Amino acid sequence: MAEKIKSSEITDKRLYYGRRLFMRGAALAASTAATGLLYKRLLAPSPKQELPAAVREGAARGRWDLPGERATPYEDITSYNNFYEFSTDKEGVAGAAKNFVTRPWAVEVGGLVARPRTFDLDELLSLAPQEDRIYRLRCVEGWSMVIPWQGFPLARLLREVEPLGNAAHVAFQTLHDPRRMPNQRTRVLDWPYVEGLRLDEALHPLTILATGLYGEALPPQDGAPVRLVVPWKYGFKSIKSVVKITLVERQPPATWNLAAADEYGFYSNVNPDVPHPRWSQRTERRIGEWGRRPTLLFNGYAEEVAQMYAGMDLKYYF
Amino acid sequence: MSFSKTLVLVNCLVPGALLAWDWWRGQLGADPLNFITRSTGTLTLVFLLITLAVTPARKLTGANWLVKYRRTVGLYAFFYGAAHLLAYVWFDKAFDLRAVASDVAQRRFILVGVLAFTLMVPLAVTSTNKMIKRLGGKRWARLHRLVYASAVAGVLHFYLLVKADTTKPLLFAAALALLLGYRFIASQRQAPTSLGIIER
Repeated sequence: MAEKIKSSEITDKRLYYGRRLFMRGAALAASTAATGLLYKRLLAPSPKQELPAAVREGAARGRWDLPGERATPYEDITSYNNFYEFSTDKEGVAGAAKNFVTRPWAVEVGGLVARPRTFDLDELLSLAPQEDRIYRLRCVEGWSMVIPWQGFPLARLLREVEPLGNAAHVAFQTLHDPRRMPNQRTRVLDWPYVEGLRLDEALHPLTILATGLYGEALPPQDGAPVRLVVPWKYGFKSIKSVVKITLVERQPPATWNLAAADEYGFYSNVNPDVPHPRWSQRTERRIGEWGRRPTLLFNGYAEEVAQMYAGMDLKYYF
Repeated sequence: MSFSKTLVLVNCLVPGALLAWDWWRGQLGADPLNFITRSTGTLTLVFLLITLAVTPARKLTGANWLVKYRRTVGLYAFFYGAAHLLAYVWFDKAFDLRAVASDVAQRRFILVGVLAFTLMVPLAVTSTNKMIKRLGGKRWARLHRLVYASAVAGVLHFYLLVKADTTKPLLFAAALALLLGYRFIASQRQAPTSLGIIER
């Protein structure tokens, strides 16, 4: 033995193990924190939207509920959106759309009409009194909401421009401006987003142009400043941020139908008996609920709309 | 168990733990059940790819000690895959096994997903030291090549279910192609010199 180490220089066993334990604890804490951050960054959902005070009060009083069906919370309607112009991630739309400027805004109404005209937003809002319309919304993906819209019947606007006798369909178009709708720079869909209705569908009293939600101005992620709502059809038919409405003779093109004709028909009426090729449409998850509900024919509006499709094979005209 | 293995074990559990914690706090967004189904699926693919990255990483860097952690990561892929399957059977089908069966029969992406998971089962079962010994290293290694098929099926399952934006599944596909392509090229290079006797 060369040099004798004084016993006082030997690290105390307790201290030695204590230090090792400390180092291990630190390694564990640091690595799990890093993994946690990575998870949060890549996978965790974004926080919910702020709730306007008036909305909270109205919701607390049950003002927006349907008989037997509660209105979907405002936070959910404004944080879970399919709006591919901003993001293909439902939870990412609100963030990507938050600076979307909707004034000034013009909606050009023309085609087969006697009095073509461009409406600015204030003209649209003053065209008819804003009505509350609490509608079910059924997404083709298999989830649904109950949404308190404010708006007015599309028929009111169409009457203003006087459709000609040969007008049989109505074509709609979303704004096309990649600087304001950044995901239009990608090619996930063929821009601009277009949709169409048969004229009788467009004139149906349930069909509205919506400009409000829960008594507040329509938020960008939900289709501000003005969007179509056709409650008996899958959600994608209810085109958002509309800039152009054209009356035409023949059935106009529709974006999802162009993207995958076998999956998304022109009519796209909610129908539990016509499955999507990749999933069943028999049931739906109501956002905020645990189980699944049975999906209703025409989304529960059969009494009002079924006669428009009398005699039609709904499996063929899906 | 060595400390480093504990470290890997705990870290692999972190995403699952945070998912459960966010669920408990009601922080999973508007459609928490769908979120759970989606993220457990993504995590399965992530852990499968990490498992498959071990061999290329070892060969390229010489860090052979990495293999110590492969089993843990692979078992986590199985664990998240099982959670994903459970989420689907529970949240989407409410344990109605007849509905599950008709889904599997009718929907290609579900069939492919079930296949991807089924292929992982024998790998998880034979992951113990005892089973490796019982099968013998070579047979065990051959059996565990099923992981390639499972990963391909898993990524295909993801690709088939998206509506329009295929960016994410294509990213997974690219990573998988890289990892499998490396193996293919490596085996091609070795083959002529070793007259078909390939060291694995």
